[in-house]
Amino acid sequence: MGKILVFTEYSHGHLKRSAQELLTAARSSGQTVAALAVGSQSATITEELKKYGAQEIHLLKDAQFDQYNPELFTAAICDVVQKSQATAILASASSTGKDLFPRVGARLNSGVLSDCTELRFSGDNIEVTRPLFSGKCFAKATFDISPVKIVLMRANQLPVSESPAASTQTTEHSFSKPDLKTVIKEIVRGTSEKLDLTEANIIVSGGRGLKEAANFKLLNDLADVLGATVGASRAVVDAGWCSHGMQVGQTGKTVAPSLYIAVGVSGAIQHVAGMSGSKVIVAINNDPNAPIFQKATYGIVGDLFDVVPKLTEEFKKVMK
Amino acid sequence: MKIFVCIKQVPDTETKIKISSDNQSIDSTGVKWVMNPYDEYAVEEAIKLKESKPGAQVHAITLGPKARAGEVLRTALAMGADEGILIDAPASLDSTATAKALAAAITKEGDASLVFTGKLAIDDNQSAVSQMIAEFLNIPHTTVVSKFTYGPEAITVERDIEGGAKEVVQMVAPAVVGANKGLNMPRYASLPGIMKAKKKVLKEYSLEALGVSADNKTKTLSLSLPADKPAVKLLSGDSQQQVTALVQLLRDEAKVL
Ligand SMILES: Cc1cc2nc3c(=O)[nH]c(=O)nc-3n(C[C@H](O)[C@H](O)[C@H](O)COP(=O)(O)OP(=O)(O)OC[C@H]3O[C@@H](n4cnc5c(N)ncnc54)[C@H](O)[C@@H]3O)c2cc1C
Repeated sequence: MGKILVFTEYSHGHLKRSAQELLTAARSSGQTVAALAVGSQSATITEELKKYGAQEIHLLKDAQFDQYNPELFTAAICDVVQKSQATAILASASSTGKDLFPRVGARLNSGVLSDCTELRFSGDNIEVTRPLFSGKCFAKATFDISPVKIVLMRANQLPVSESPAASTQTTEHSFSKPDLKTVIKEIVRGTSEKLDLTEANIIVSGGRGLKEAANFKLLNDLADVLGATVGASRAVVDAGWCSHGMQVGQTGKTVAPSLYIAVGVSGAIQHVAGMSGSKVIVAINNDPNAPIFQKATYGIVGDLFDVVPKLTEEFKKVMK
Repeated sequence: MKIFVCIKQVPDTETKIKISSDNQSIDSTGVKWVMNPYDEYAVEEAIKLKESKPGAQVHAITLGPKARAGEVLRTALAMGADEGILIDAPASLDSTATAKALAAAITKEGDASLVFTGKLAIDDNQSAVSQMIAEFLNIPHTTVVSKFTYGPEAITVERDIEGGAKEVVQMVAPAVVGANKGLNMPRYASLPGIMKAKKKVLKEYSLEALGVSADNKTKTLSLSLPADKPAVKLLSGDSQQQVTALVQLLRDEAKVL
């Protein structure tokens, strides 16, 4: 029987939702569920790991793991994979996951399926669904002969439920620092305390219809009420109104929130490519022929400067 | 100084995707092929670096079917790359096999000072090949790079991470750098550049010549198009009525609040 090693990300002492999703999914496989957490705070989440069904917990507690370094993490994780004899790895398609696990896969001479939106276990193999061409097409894919099967899941795609394992064995691994050719000098914090677009459950996105940068305040106010993250079209990023980290679309971020509110966005094919996986799409646009209405679940044809402030007030009433 | 840049030919972003009858690949009739948008940033950065280092050369490499993939090398040559190298291989190669072949070609060419790639190919959406090339070459990598500085001791890059934050990373060259949007403004090919590029002879490798097998670790079972969305529900009345109706629908019908 196989063993699935789940790379569990956490912040502020709690498992990220993506990690809860991955553990819940791993449990459904009938295989051994092993969780890996790294960093000096990793021991603080072992209780949560147990709640989500980890039968084995592997910790890399050394403070050198507080900061992501691709070379260091690749070496240490391959070591844990070998010691734990894991046959599969599940991780989030986060900044870290997407950077790290392809390298781990190459070192283990294994296959990697990245940015998956669905996951099924069939015997010892794993089948996934992944968007291609920025969501214009979906592939069902699986592993051929691959020593370790590595799957990177997009956040907010899978259900979560708790179900503690009968017993859990915890192992602390030590790892001596290898010679590294990569040094992380500094982290420049972003201006936003909000969830990243790729993790957000609600996104309010603005386009050229907002007329100027200052008018994004309308969207920030709306987003504050909803606990949403603000996104943008490429047109406004290129105009310098918003940072590139906010761009949604083919050359920006691919997002899949429960609710995506597009305000003054025309719905160009490259924009839609990045958000068509959203569960519910609301379009607010004064042009009834704007292509965004072809993708939207609900639409308001109207002037955003009139509609958005009213919408913010209306949400305030129900979001209490 | 030898600078490599790995590029991929992908369908233009406007392409309407159709699936071919084998259900495993896209129907490429009528597809307009272009350079993967992120690779344009990689090519631009490679050429900028070359322009600042007398004697430096940019070698553009692509892997893909010979029948079409050479065209993307001509684009890179027209922008200012010095040499185009084509690895003739089926489009169905997975990330691991692709990276092995690209790394093998770079090793064969020898003396890489730096390898640029795009952070992601917009067709297969894997964002894996850059890191895998680095692993197979046993050199460091940073992906999602929006700033690059070459120094005698180390190269310094900025990597975009979640929440608008950036990591400032130093690497000892040679290294792989995966380009993000924001790194630079890719130049347009000049007319003389395009004419010159047409005449250049491309270097060619087969997978056999590189000693790499076409064995994939992953396989595609089937492709499908997204399900058609039901028609939009347009809300009626004045703006206050529309807004009230919308919030109610989001709460009671869609249940997303
Ligand atoms: C290779 C390539 C990659 C690209 N990648 C991306 C990408 O990743 N993301 C992306 O977004 N785009 C991308 N684009 C650009 C894309 O083609 C569009 O140009 C862009 O999305 C348009 O942005 P927009 O909707 O904000 O602007 P516009 O198309 O100008 O739309 C503005 C909308 O606002 C509406 N409007 C105006 N005033 C009001 C008002 N008062 N009230 C309500 N509505 C109003 C208008 O009716 C219009 O529909 C890419 C293009 C290319 C060629």
